[in-house]
Amino acid sequence: MSAEPTKGATPDPETTGHNWDGIEELNNPLPRWWLWTFYATIVWGLAYSVAYPAWPLLTGATPGLLGFSTRAELAADLAAADAANAGMSAKLTAADLTTVAADPELSGYATSAGAAVFRTHCSQCHGAGAAGVQDKGYPNLLDDDWLWGGDVAAIHATVVHGIRSADPDTRFSEMPVFAEILEPAQIEQVVNHVLAIAGQPNDAGLAAAGATVFAENCAACHGDAGKGNHELGSPNLTDAIWLYGGTPERITETVTKARRGVMPNWNARLSDDDIRAVALYVHQLGGGE
Amino acid sequence: MPTHTAPPPTLYSAREPVFPRRVKGNFRTLKWWIMAVTLGIYYLTPWLRWDRGESLPDQAVLIDLSGRRFFFFMIEIWPHEFYFVAGLLIMAGLGLFLFTSALGRVWCGYACPQTVWTDLFILVERWVEGDRNARVRLWHQGWNGHKLRLRLTKWLVWLLIAVATGGAWVFYFTDAPTLLRDLLGFTAQPVAYVTIALLTATTFVFGGFMREQICIYACPWPRIQAAMLDEDSLTVSYRPWRGEPRGKGRERTAETGVALGDCIDCNACVAVCPQGIDIRDGQQLACITCALCIDACNDVMDKVGKPRGLIGYMALTDEPLERSGAAAKSVWRHVFRPRTVLYTVLWAGVGIGLVVALFLRAPFGVSVAPVRNPSFVTLSDGSVRTAYDLRLRNQLGGEHAFRISIKSAVPLQVSVEGVDGLVVTVPTDETLLQRIYITAPAGSDAAQTRQTDVRLWVQDASGTDRVSVDTIFNGAGK
Repeated sequence: MSAEPTKGATPDPETTGHNWDGIEELNNPLPRWWLWTFYATIVWGLAYSVAYPAWPLLTGATPGLLGFSTRAELAADLAAADAANAGMSAKLTAADLTTVAADPELSGYATSAGAAVFRTHCSQCHGAGAAGVQDKGYPNLLDDDWLWGGDVAAIHATVVHGIRSADPDTRFSEMPVFAEILEPAQIEQVVNHVLAIAGQPNDAGLAAAGATVFAENCAACHGDAGKGNHELGSPNLTDAIWLYGGTPERITETVTKARRGVMPNWNARLSDDDIRAVALYVHQLGGGE
Repeated sequence: MPTHTAPPPTLYSAREPVFPRRVKGNFRTLKWWIMAVTLGIYYLTPWLRWDRGESLPDQAVLIDLSGRRFFFFMIEIWPHEFYFVAGLLIMAGLGLFLFTSALGRVWCGYACPQTVWTDLFILVERWVEGDRNARVRLWHQGWNGHKLRLRLTKWLVWLLIAVATGGAWVFYFTDAPTLLRDLLGFTAQPVAYVTIALLTATTFVFGGFMREQICIYACPWPRIQAAMLDEDSLTVSYRPWRGEPRGKGRERTAETGVALGDCIDCNACVAVCPQGIDIRDGQQLACITCALCIDACNDVMDKVGKPRGLIGYMALTDEPLERSGAAAKSVWRHVFRPRTVLYTVLWAGVGIGLVVALFLRAPFGVSVAPVRNPSFVTLSDGSVRTAYDLRLRNQLGGEHAFRISIKSAVPLQVSVEGVDGLVVTVPTDETLLQRIYITAPAGSDAAQTRQTDVRLWVQDASGTDRVSVDTIFNGAGK
């Protein structure tokens, strides 16, 4: 060390005066470059606080001469992301929905974008995992049972126009309130018939009588065999999936009071490519046709 | 003790410049060799090529940060194998403990980048400005055309070395030839220019001006030496029982009745020291044990016809032996002792563990996570289906197809989303995220049980390698 003395060459430097069992503490000077580096950091700190947002005021803070703001940075990042996606979005808007699955890059983009749209706009009713809410009328989008059709075009149309929504082209079905049309005894008979065609336990006698009630009142929409109709949005009554519950009590309630679920029309709220993306996303969740 | 007439101590003092003199000797030659090898490795490694096939980079040593891959010749490390890097760092630490406990501060004196680059910069300084005496005169002289020319030349050469140093660093992180072309054409990423600028600045300042100040004030390694060295560690030491009392010139030829020691007080050891210390004061914090003082003193001892070794490598336990004239402990006995053997065993153990782990790596891997929301779906025919997120890591070095199958105690069916059949293709060096489904027939045991065990097999479609992973099938039961 240049500051360390050689024996006899220069006088002993100052010690601090402390002495622990003969061990003394030297009092060597700090290097001057250390001091100037310290001053430089102070200058840097002051300059930084003038250039960037720093000093709290009564409301808000000093904005800084450079006009930096994290909100502006976020807006710029979002704009950059949109710009980066612009090409793929345009491609998606122009593409024929049925051919997208064959293009790995476009379908990958659509799935990721659709997942984001779903999380933001659809999960509130259909659930984060798209499984809906059991027996409460929020459809499960993962299974292969569809009211209005499960091919991509049908899903797309449902998202665009909604169900019983404000859109003039909305999907619309109206199940009559059979409490006003049928006697309670007839309702009990037709419920048993529905249980029979669904393969559930039922009263055979009531079911036989219910077949006639079904043919006169229900077959027009649900079909003679109860298989449902995608054009009319009438459910398939013979499968294992029930939107409002498949117990005799719930089916009775459905027939008695009818069900009128609503889905918004997304053409008012989402862009074309977002709707296409979410339609493609839903289609590849496991139940698409 | 402070006296009343002494001036008050100054709080700060300027760095006193150090002008190491040129020295010749075995240790100096060793240091030149080590500098050539270490700098050669540093500057040349990014330019080595290694053919890995079409779709992988051909640089032998590459840290691909954006692709999250580390390439080292035939080895490719993925992020989930980061423990290899951790293992290498542990080995580096144990290696340092081993070397230091055996040979003292050999890292500081021979291999540390600060020492190597400072040594190089001092060499440039000597080429441009001359040896020690000339440099001292230049320092004290006022600024004129001559001094300005010399200094600017020296700084320019330093700057070129510093830019090359910063440049070499960034070449490890991307393809070197491509980046060099982009840098020269000013089309490279800003981060490359910024990194080179930063490393140029630090190399220039640390090697050109800070030098020993880093070792004394900034580096933590000197301050841990008390824990690293023990009484058997070899370190550079002056032999005062041989050298004292020291004396020069007329004192030696005068008849004083006091026999002088071998030290002729020529201060050669002080003149060549890059740290600016006097080793005759003893081993101290600033001494990096570069052994240049050994070379210088041996040179002088040869010239005055005295035996070598007035300054040399020795351990603390040697002092009482030598003072009493007993036989010295051999170097081997110093170096080979329980502590160093333990460090060697640990170091080798970690190394062997890493090599074994490297060879036991499977060429591809799979992990599976059952989807939890929902845990199962009832289909229209009453069957129950569970979905899984499958992650297939293809580390085979090319695009490969993989066949998926399952094995369970109950009848279950597997299918792959978006694919007809059970074969998926994974691109080179990638991880495929693939959704698969396992379905249990309506009314079956699996459909009505909450969890059923399932084993998933993934086989390389073009070979016989296969891996399995155990998972569960979620059914509708309680």
